[in-house]
Amino acid sequence: MGALITLSNVKKSYKLGDDILIEALRGISLKINQGEFVAIIGPSGSGKSTLMHIIGILDKPTSGEVDLDGKNIAKLSEEKLATLRNKYIGFVFQAFNLLPKTSALENVELPLIYSSVRADERKNRAEKALAEVGLSDRMDHTPNQLSGGQQQRVAIARALVTKPSLILADEPTGNLDSKASHEIIELLKTLNRNGNTIVLVTHEQEIAQVAKRIVEIKDGQVLTDKKNKQK
Amino acid sequence: MIAIPEITKLALRSLLRNKTRSILTMIGIIIGVSAVILLVSIGQGLQNYLLSTFESLGSNLITVLPGKVGQGGFAASSPNFAGTKLTEKDVNDISKLGGSVETAGGGIQYPTTVSSGGKNKYGTVVGVDATYLRIRDLTVSKGRTINDADSRVSRNVAIIGTSIVKDVFNGADPIGKKVTIGGQKFEVIGILNQIGSGGFGIDVNSYTIIPLTSAQKVFGLHGVQVIASKAVDKEGIPLAINQIKHLLSKRLKDDEFSVVDNGSLVQTINQVLGALTLALGGIAAISLLVGGVGIMNIMLVSVTERTREIGLRKAVGAKPSDILYQFLIEAVVLSLGGGMIGVAIGALGAWGLSHFIQTSVSLWSVGLAFGVSAAIGIVFGVAPAARASKLNPIEALKYE
Repeated sequence: MGALITLSNVKKSYKLGDDILIEALRGISLKINQGEFVAIIGPSGSGKSTLMHIIGILDKPTSGEVDLDGKNIAKLSEEKLATLRNKYIGFVFQAFNLLPKTSALENVELPLIYSSVRADERKNRAEKALAEVGLSDRMDHTPNQLSGGQQQRVAIARALVTKPSLILADEPTGNLDSKASHEIIELLKTLNRNGNTIVLVTHEQEIAQVAKRIVEIKDGQVLTDKKNKQK
Repeated sequence: MIAIPEITKLALRSLLRNKTRSILTMIGIIIGVSAVILLVSIGQGLQNYLLSTFESLGSNLITVLPGKVGQGGFAASSPNFAGTKLTEKDVNDISKLGGSVETAGGGIQYPTTVSSGGKNKYGTVVGVDATYLRIRDLTVSKGRTINDADSRVSRNVAIIGTSIVKDVFNGADPIGKKVTIGGQKFEVIGILNQIGSGGFGIDVNSYTIIPLTSAQKVFGLHGVQVIASKAVDKEGIPLAINQIKHLLSKRLKDDEFSVVDNGSLVQTINQVLGALTLALGGIAAISLLVGGVGIMNIMLVSVTERTREIGLRKAVGAKPSDILYQFLIEAVVLSLGGGMIGVAIGALGAWGLSHFIQTSVSLWSVGLAFGVSAAIGIVFGVAPAARASKLNPIEALKYE
């Protein structure tokens, strides 16, 4: 399996006000291969959210290199990055981020609209993705008609529908009860078994343990990066 | 960027998710556009009405009036009918001028009461020769018109307007009956063709027309008050005016007569009413502008409110341009939709008003209203759309 995304000595700093410089990432090197299931774990303030934004090419590093599928993203425009995100990355957020008053089916179709897929094919693929997360019977429901666990499954279907190289899940169980959390984790495991590369960002050790590889972040640096022996 | 029809669908779906707000936002534009359509239609209606009235006075008409008549729009001064120095000889001389002048007829008018069988009607009694009637296109719908012989021998005959028939004769056939004018009895020989509707001192329908010589005797007047002359064609009008001026100035002082033509009168009316229409439209356009600001306001609120949605769209692959166009199209749909409803309401209002006053919904005002409302959508939609497109997806996703 080749490298899907490679970070070399990535640094990211923010200015807070006029003279306070926050160094969120202080030289992170990380390589994620196709088919992996990686958990990125760290306490809040460790820089793991910033790292997730860099991996998801929502943000560019202050210095260092990011290669996505062999392409350096440093010099790419906003428009080009959006295209790459659409093609390579499927996001799953803690707060689900579904469009309100919009059916599950239409929510899942959204990424395909931005890659100019024809309407009939869009519907077809969205239906398949919803079936994959077990929501075939809820396609016409709007988010407020769905439970938290179901909403997150719709969000996962939305991430899957473009057949992305990488599914990036940011605290996907953070807003869910333990039963729903368990279901979501099981779903992510199944997706990984079916060949999807998954990066799971969390602050909970217990959740991280489902991954095959655990990267621990602290103070903007990689503390440990090891295979999960429990697996 | 994705295809415009797809972005338009996204924009429409967003607007439909917030139906109440969308409709409320449109109301500003609806009021603005319907006000423009309605006010312009009133101005145009007034203009059309006055022009058609003047055209009904006769074609290629040149009028000689006593005294100095200004034609400077608002500064117009009235003719001095009472002190007229114009005579039948002038009429005769003008009609024999030749060149660009085809013919001429004389007339006097005297506002007085016409009565019959105890019923009165105040109107204008006009004394004319047969040529005057021909030039002014005054024809009868029934009976016969006044001829040269009537004038030569001062016959007491009259042709009357439809208002007189209605008010004095209760609509019954008046031909052969007598009317009393200035204490003398006149036999009704014809009914004037109805022309337009009343107003502006030229209500032909309340005219009573009698031979010029008879009028001079009844009212104790000498000479003529109005000379109607006709140019050979439209192009000949300026030349004919010069010929007449030249002829009259041999005998009369400059301030004792004026030569005017329909064209310059119509031009003045056009100018005044054109300005009026523009002013009305301009005032209404201000409310259109206010509607546009309303759209911008709502769109800005919408961008803030939908920050998370914008972040999500960007995360799943929306380009800045996709977001920009979606919000821009939302604004344009609101303003154009408001424009369409406004045109419909304005046209309906103009139609409703047309039962009372003449209105005319012109194509240009509809086109302008559409153009302006689309432009408003773009102008006032750009700032919010640009703000939306520039949102940082990370910040947007974090936004609570």
